[in-house]
Amino acid sequence: MSALLHQQWTCYKLQLKVLSTSAFEGFLAVLFPLMFATAALLVYRVRNDPEAMQYAGLGAAVMGMWTAQGVIASSLLTRERWAGTLELVVAAPVGLGRILVPTTMAMSTIGLYCVVATLAWERWVFDLRLEVASWPLFVAAVLMTALTLALVGYFLAVTAVRYRYSWALGAALEYPGWILCGFLIPVATLPVWVQPLSWAIPTTWGMAAVRSAADGGSPWADLAMCAATGAAYAVLAAWLGRRLADSARRHATLALT
Amino acid sequence: MTSLRIFFIGGLMSYRAMFGWLTPGILIPSLLISPICQILLFAFIGRNAGVGDDEFYVIGNALNYAAIPCLFAMSVTIGGEREASTLGIVLTTPARRLPLFLGRAVPVVANGWCVAMVGVLAGVLLLDVHIPAGAWPAILLVVVATSISCTGLGLAMGAVTLRVREGATFGNVLFCVLLVFCGVNVAQDDLPRWMASVGDWLPLTHGIQAARRLADGADLGSVGGLVAAELGVGVLYAVLGLLLLRYLEQQSRRLDTLDRI
Repeated sequence: MSALLHQQWTCYKLQLKVLSTSAFEGFLAVLFPLMFATAALLVYRVRNDPEAMQYAGLGAAVMGMWTAQGVIASSLLTRERWAGTLELVVAAPVGLGRILVPTTMAMSTIGLYCVVATLAWERWVFDLRLEVASWPLFVAAVLMTALTLALVGYFLAVTAVRYRYSWALGAALEYPGWILCGFLIPVATLPVWVQPLSWAIPTTWGMAAVRSAADGGSPWADLAMCAATGAAYAVLAAWLGRRLADSARRHATLALT
Repeated sequence: MTSLRIFFIGGLMSYRAMFGWLTPGILIPSLLISPICQILLFAFIGRNAGVGDDEFYVIGNALNYAAIPCLFAMSVTIGGEREASTLGIVLTTPARRLPLFLGRAVPVVANGWCVAMVGVLAGVLLLDVHIPAGAWPAILLVVVATSISCTGLGLAMGAVTLRVREGATFGNVLFCVLLVFCGVNVAQDDLPRWMASVGDWLPLTHGIQAARRLADGADLGSVGGLVAAELGVGVLYAVLGLLLLRYLEQQSRRLDTLDRI
């Protein structure tokens, strides 16, 4: 158990250092959603409706977490492949998940930084003071969203490995995620056929829990759904990861760039 | 004559070379799916906020996305050559820089125009936006002017990649600046005064205003001033880019930094 924790912590720490010193993966992962949040808040501000600003402010704060995960997680294994280290990752005496999950957890940590940066930005630039009824529940909801997003990232990493331009796929997932997860638009206002897609993403439930915690409601049901869908992604990713690694070994395609 | 050959043949070769990396696997998600999703995102935000109509967001965001190919492709023609260690060969040729780089800009303008028009068409179809049939030819022209203007900024950005290593990061930062300052999703009148003033000196601002007026039924003559301003801003950035290229090229030769990656 101690060896597992040590491996997870070392991997997480190293990946966080790599991400936070990269201009593209660190600085831009924070700035890009922050600027989109700014554009959205400028739209909401035109009406000067405090309730709408509270709604948009909460969503804008959390939406950066999706960006911090999506692009990098999608291209995670492709990058290892380009760097010639994918064989080492696959040949390591621990399962693929034990390497990928701490990496995606590091991305979620950048996402948490996005939340804090956006909250500060909203207060500084828009003079928007978000009303949060229960800060402990709010923090718990944000942390649960970060944790389950790391599991979605794990799923994206193993799913997109066969797509040579997985970074482009990750970038294309950015806007759909922002639309589907209810950050700035209520899921109920989306076309009916789209709504089941929203329910299949843990972040949708995480965002609902964040709003409940801020409004003084009970976020527990949403948190439970968030945890359950996140766990489903983890199980699916673990299964897919094993299949992909076996297939790549059998067909000798691991190092193909 | 040589300059014309460099302009046309060099530009065409550069454009073809771009498809070495701009394959369908990158082009479809980056330049077709993403602009459509950005239009939908802000159209839904606008509906939820009760601000603007779908046409407002379709035009603003479609034209905003013209900036992506214009900024990145121009940057890649310089920064990409540097990374591939071929920039030294390009810059040691006796070819005049003006046709060399402007020739590479023409296909980029065409690309930006296509991306913006795909966005406009998709937005019109998906959101059931009505633009009068008579307005389309003028809108096509305004989008060309906007793409030229964005390519001017792309040239300036490309010049900076002679010194700055993070071209992709820089391009995304500029894209975000255009998104926030150019009245893409908020009318210039609703932006804080200082932001609107900054927007006046950026590409897109006047082009978007002109396209919106045309879609609302104005004729091309009545938006001539806006189109001229849009082109003027583009020319300003293109001249700045060429001057920067000249200066940074000389610096790179003097300091031996041309091939430093």
